[in-house]
Amino acid sequence: MTRTRWLQAAAIVIVFAVAAWGASRLLERMVSPVQEQQTAPAPAAPAANVAHIIATLYYGTPDGQALVAVKREVPLGEGPRAQGHQILQSELEAAPAPYVSLVPPGTILRAFYITERGDAFVDLSPEASTMHPGGSTNELLTVYAIVNAVTANLSSVERVQILIDGKQADTLAGHVDLRRPFERDTSLVRETKGTQ
Amino acid sequence: MLAVVLALASGPHAQGTAPASPLTLVTRDGRRPVPTTVINNQEFIALDDLASMFQLMVREDALAGGVTVSYKGRTIVASADQPMASVNGRVVTLPAPVVRVGRRLFVPIDFIARALAPIYDVPIDLRRASRLLVVGTIRVARVVVRIDAAGPPTRASVEVTPALLASSMFDGGRVIVRVEADMLDPAPPPAPGGLIDQIQVSNQTTLIVFALNARAAMPRVSTTTTTESTRVTIEIPPTAQPPQDTSAAPPAQPAAPPLGALPQAPPPADAVPALPGQRTTKLQTMVIDPGHGGEDAGVRGTKGALEKQVTLDVSRRLKSLIETRLGVRVILTRDDDRAVSPDERDAIANNSKADLFLSVHVNGAPSPAMKGAEVYFLRLDRAGEDARRSTAASELVLPAVGGGTRPIDVIPWDLAQAAHVDVSSRFASMLEEELEKRTPMGPRPLQQAPIRVLSGVNMPAALVEIAYLTNAVQERAVLSAEFQGGLTQAIFDAIVRFRTYLESPPAP
Repeated sequence: MTRTRWLQAAAIVIVFAVAAWGASRLLERMVSPVQEQQTAPAPAAPAANVAHIIATLYYGTPDGQALVAVKREVPLGEGPRAQGHQILQSELEAAPAPYVSLVPPGTILRAFYITERGDAFVDLSPEASTMHPGGSTNELLTVYAIVNAVTANLSSVERVQILIDGKQADTLAGHVDLRRPFERDTSLVRETKGTQ
Repeated sequence: MLAVVLALASGPHAQGTAPASPLTLVTRDGRRPVPTTVINNQEFIALDDLASMFQLMVREDALAGGVTVSYKGRTIVASADQPMASVNGRVVTLPAPVVRVGRRLFVPIDFIARALAPIYDVPIDLRRASRLLVVGTIRVARVVVRIDAAGPPTRASVEVTPALLASSMFDGGRVIVRVEADMLDPAPPPAPGGLIDQIQVSNQTTLIVFALNARAAMPRVSTTTTTESTRVTIEIPPTAQPPQDTSAAPPAQPAAPPLGALPQAPPPADAVPALPGQRTTKLQTMVIDPGHGGEDAGVRGTKGALEKQVTLDVSRRLKSLIETRLGVRVILTRDDDRAVSPDERDAIANNSKADLFLSVHVNGAPSPAMKGAEVYFLRLDRAGEDARRSTAASELVLPAVGGGTRPIDVIPWDLAQAAHVDVSSRFASMLEEELEKRTPMGPRPLQQAPIRVLSGVNMPAALVEIAYLTNAVQERAVLSAEFQGGLTQAIFDAIVRFRTYLESPPAP
């Protein structure tokens, strides 16, 4: 066998191996919901070689009165569900200065999935509730930061329901009704030059 | 018994004519007409009527030359010859002596105030101008309505004597003033003028109703109180551009409907539990819901104040104030430090057939600068809107016990509030307006939001965030008696206004 034939055979083997790995990853994603990892890459500085999109995320204004929409780079996801997961992962990270994070620190995205009807479910770890500082205003801002982050970036999603620890919850901190899905609401959003 | 042949019997028998209207006897038990008769231009009342009304003993006395009236050992001797009477030995003058008409004896109606009242156990007040005979401790408010300036702007006033609580509301082109009295003693109202089409006041209700015309804009109402009277001033500005015709009138300022008879007393409360969608017309019971409790402390202040304790303190104050001054039964969803689920809170309100629900909370924010009170009422989602429409459209009528029918509105219990959102928004607005007078307000003082504890209550409902516990100044303030006193007074004032709204006739 000549040196050229060896190189051709090696290239074919490599191509098949990459294809098989890709197919197995695809199958894995199709049969199970996206499970979040606690150590997601920082949204503000994705690796240079990772494709990303510009997504609209929501944080609290410095005075705590309203939401503010902030454009941030978020890793590209394959399809709405994976993209939604990336967006929420970024939403849960610390807010860029001077804005305020509305989801309690330590909250983990347990799962995110979308039904055929366009209802999305955001499953958060219990810290979203147990570590929430409370107050109707605060709670409304937290809920709509999450709901708007999903609906503003995923056109296929009309409504968002928030679950806690895999289950339907009454409220995060005693005020806002989480038993039903929410639609996008920008009435709490304040116009600002805060786009990054 | 020949001695009991009175000069009365032998004197000329008078003939009486009926006055324009009878006296009205007003007691705690109600009111009823009392006939009188006019003789020689003097108004008289039959002694036997007085005897049955006031449990008096009446005896004709020839020796004394008149009539002896006894009540619990106290006596009045009224002369048949002279316009006077001896009341427990003290002489009082009367407009005329005792008169016989047929077989009956009559005394001037002033006999009631001058002779009977001094010996009677409970107060008797004869109000000649309004033709009321008030017996017992009944709060009768003398009401004088004036149009101070026809304008526009039109300024009218209601003077209430003595100084009693008065509240007002603007509803469907009418200003309705309610006086916290058992009854009104109104002076004849002036002729309407300016932007006021009609004025209605009577002693049959405790409401004074001003019907405004289509050119009237939103009126401003202010109340001042002195030691002697309460004065409600109503200023009615004209709309910026008067409509060309009535059909062009904006919806917010509809032409006032022609007023029919003033509303009578509300019907008695239905013994059957209120069903979703049934509008309550009376405020008899309300539920106050102190937020959080038990392991759920709510917002924590930087100095350690806990929301659950502040809400309980304020709710207890409110309960005391409302029960004492309004006579409304108040139920707390918790009266100690324990956890109560939202469903339990709703169930307490629904099972007690409350007419009003108020949840009390203290707010929190990421920024320590945030401060002020905020009021919430329920915002419906799609399911809630569907439920609300269903209460209007899919009403079932079922046979009722004892005959007749009653409407049943089919609606999921966890969406019970859907049928009351419009009325709840009224209550929330009144809360916001009254709070604004006494406490700082937050950046969004009135909001509609999907509040969990409000969704399942089958009655008008609101939630108030009284202050921000995350603001150091407000944290200190909410613990003070001064702040809590002002706050509870504001909420109380809103509840009084809401009661007036409930009991007023619905605007068309």
